[in-house]
Amino acid sequence: MEPITGAEILVRCLQEEGVDCMFGYPGGAVLHIYDALYAQEKIKHVLVRHEQAAVHAAEGYARASGKTGVVLVTSGPGVTNAVTGIADAYMDSIPLVIFSGQVPTALIGNDAFQEVDAVGITRPCVKHNFLVRDIKNLAETVKKAFYIASTGRPGPVLIDLPKDITIGKAEFHYPKKIKLRSYNPTIKGHAGQIRKAVDLVMSAKKPMIYTGGGVILSDGSTELVELTQLLGYPITHTLMGLGAYPATDKQFIGMLGMHGTYEANMAMHHCDVLIAIGARFDDRVTGKIEKFCPEAKIVHIDIDPSSISKNVQVDIPIVGSVPNVLRAMISVIRDEKLKPDTKALEHWWRQIDEWRAIKSLSYRQSDEVIKPQYVIEKLYQVTEGKAIITSDVGQHQMWAAQYYHFDRPRQWINSGGLGTMGFGLPAAMGAKLAFPDQDVACVTGDGSIQMMLQELSTMKQYYTPVKIVNLNNGYLGMVRQWQEFFYQKRYSMTYMEALPNFVMLAEAYGHVGMRIEKPGDVEGALREAFAMKDRTVFLDFITDQSENVFPMIPSGGGQNEMLLAERDEMVSTHEEGMVLV
Amino acid sequence: MNNSDNSNRHMISILMENEAGALSRVANLFSARGYNIESLTVAPTDDPTLSRLTLVTSGNEQIIEQIVKQLNKLIDVVKLIDLSETDSIERELMLVKTKAVGEQRAEMMRLSEIFGGHILDVTESTYTIELTGPGGKLDNFLNAVEKDAILEVVRSGATGIARGQKALHV
Ligand SMILES: Cc1cc2nc3c(=O)[nH]c(=O)nc-3n(C[C@H](O)[C@H](O)[C@H](O)COP(=O)(O)OP(=O)(O)OC[C@H]3O[C@@H](n4cnc5c(N)ncnc54)[C@H](O)[C@@H]3O)c2cc1C
Ligand SMILES: Cc1ncc(C[n+]2csc(CCOP(=O)(O)OP(=O)(O)O)c2C)c(N)n1
Ligand SMILES: [Mg+2]
Repeated sequence: MEPITGAEILVRCLQEEGVDCMFGYPGGAVLHIYDALYAQEKIKHVLVRHEQAAVHAAEGYARASGKTGVVLVTSGPGVTNAVTGIADAYMDSIPLVIFSGQVPTALIGNDAFQEVDAVGITRPCVKHNFLVRDIKNLAETVKKAFYIASTGRPGPVLIDLPKDITIGKAEFHYPKKIKLRSYNPTIKGHAGQIRKAVDLVMSAKKPMIYTGGGVILSDGSTELVELTQLLGYPITHTLMGLGAYPATDKQFIGMLGMHGTYEANMAMHHCDVLIAIGARFDDRVTGKIEKFCPEAKIVHIDIDPSSISKNVQVDIPIVGSVPNVLRAMISVIRDEKLKPDTKALEHWWRQIDEWRAIKSLSYRQSDEVIKPQYVIEKLYQVTEGKAIITSDVGQHQMWAAQYYHFDRPRQWINSGGLGTMGFGLPAAMGAKLAFPDQDVACVTGDGSIQMMLQELSTMKQYYTPVKIVNLNNGYLGMVRQWQEFFYQKRYSMTYMEALPNFVMLAEAYGHVGMRIEKPGDVEGALREAFAMKDRTVFLDFITDQSENVFPMIPSGGGQNEMLLAERDEMVSTHEEGMVLV
Repeated sequence: MNNSDNSNRHMISILMENEAGALSRVANLFSARGYNIESLTVAPTDDPTLSRLTLVTSGNEQIIEQIVKQLNKLIDVVKLIDLSETDSIERELMLVKTKAVGEQRAEMMRLSEIFGGHILDVTESTYTIELTGPGGKLDNFLNAVEKDAILEVVRSGATGIARGQKALHV
């Protein structure tokens, strides 16, 4: 076999991995790679306008499609710009492979031009990373990276590539299979544990199913729906888990956690058996740990042992992958014809329906000013609940999660763990590239959108027509809300006094801009925008500046201590709660 | 860490890939997650592709469980054992430079003998003593020597191995 350059080897590896789309930004250290990309057509490379956007776009692509996202950045500032995105992918367990250019091997450590210790900087926020020191290891390293990123608990893997490695030559062999002696995720659950779990689950009088991002990541939705319906138990999702079970089904009782529904949080608080599936007991979910599910015995299914009993001690841990473990549980239940305690369940549902009747997501409509919740409700109607929705971070994110009812997995794409403002727009671009035929909308805020606004230019170049739904409240609303509640309305640095004219901005980038100020115009504007299939439309909705996200569990509160809109006086949280974010 | 409180002291021994960066991954984990680290030793094994890392840490049961899980999660970690959970042998090497003048010379030699030490280097006014043993024994030696007489102490950090047939290998 003819030896080829490292850059060519890299491109061949990507082709072998079936990569059809990647996101990146060139620079000196990766020029050889860009030259090799130029010579082929199989892989589409999207030139973003900022490396952070490359990573978020790859995340959007990965979350929408289930494939591994691929990013290429240059050394030095290229890598440092990408770090926020990498940390975001790490927190939300998104499979990515990031290639970063590096100064030539001989110059490493010399403070060479555009040198940073990429492996060192990213170590705390990657699943794993590599520095390739010998071209002979290049192909195998790429194979390992894709394997590690996409298996077990997924996550970002970075490969740092010194420039000389991309120039040097070697024969290309892509390993068919890879085996790592030190990495072997457990997929199949332990039969004994599954048996115990089924016994506990069937004995429940007030059961609760709580699922998270792990169900989406593992494509375990089919099994989850089957099990949930077989049992007839109530189910709630975390912010990252929305769409795993259809939100429009009556067994779904809404999102849980800080801004979850009253019924979901109350049911959590009062349940006697909690079945946690691919969720990591985040502090935005548990509230005060000591008050979390005080009466429940807990089963926890997770592929990552370190997620289990990290924050909350559980009774029956099962390490394994969601679809596998759920299938095993379903088999036991079916084979042995086990039946839930219908009497107790009826009673439990009656209780839950009472909580539901409180209608914790109701809000006061207005004829004068656009309510942000209303925009999302209309967005839901106009898109018939079928669009892929990405979101930025803030109040608008919570409203999107609460009022758009996600019926399928991979329909809802947002930044949960890191909460990265700026995520939404590039993620929407990535999702649209994965599914050009589907409607994609980015729900954003006046603050967040300005963090990655430059990507409007990329979206023009690569023709990714998405609809941008800007809930423009003229504030860093989520922060303003906390200042209102917990800092006696001292609005320190949360008013964006000099917002740009978003309509003109959109037009400057070659897109369509619309400004909507009246509640009566909301639906019409959305219809008009979605009718423009081939255009990116920036919908700037001027919304109620003082609206707050409800319900809310103030930090440090228990799940039964929710504050409801217009019913509860907002009070400062407990002292200990104030330290939480 | 307080050595007398051995209840929450754990010695964890790790076999990991002998690769650049593996050590920093372990060290990083401890600082990033705020775990205690009392000592850490590392060297390649008879199999040059593997290093053996031994660390001493402390924490309640839940913390130790998380430490073990997080260590296992590192891609470079091949296998590990919490030696505190089994019958095991702990050893640490200490080199101590002491004053040795006048009556001190005999006294120091006697102490060294009691603790099974070796005097490696002698000058008119100093001894350099080598001692091995569990950390507690080394502490005891230092406590037995007059404070003023100690010029320098170098400790390797603890390392260990399980007793009996149990062996950590791949
Ligand atoms: C402004 C803001 C407000 C927020 N408010 C809320 C809120 O009210 N409610 C809320 O829920 N969240 C909220 N969040 C999000 C929160 O911070 C966490 O990101 C989220 O709760 C974590 O979701 P998760 O538990 O599903 O975990 P994820 O981060 O999705 O983790 C997935 C889990 O599944 C496991 N897993 C992965 N693959 C598999 C597999 N194959 N099989 C089994 N397990 C697997 C992983 O090991 C991990 O434990 C908010 C975030 C922001 C920014
Ligand atoms: C990069 C980044 N910086 C700061 C924050 C803290 N933060 C969380 S929400 C928020 C306000 C978001 O404002 P906007 O996008 O207008 O959304 P709104 O809450 O008004 O809907 C801020 C500043 C963050 N999450 N991310
Ligand atoms: Mg805002």
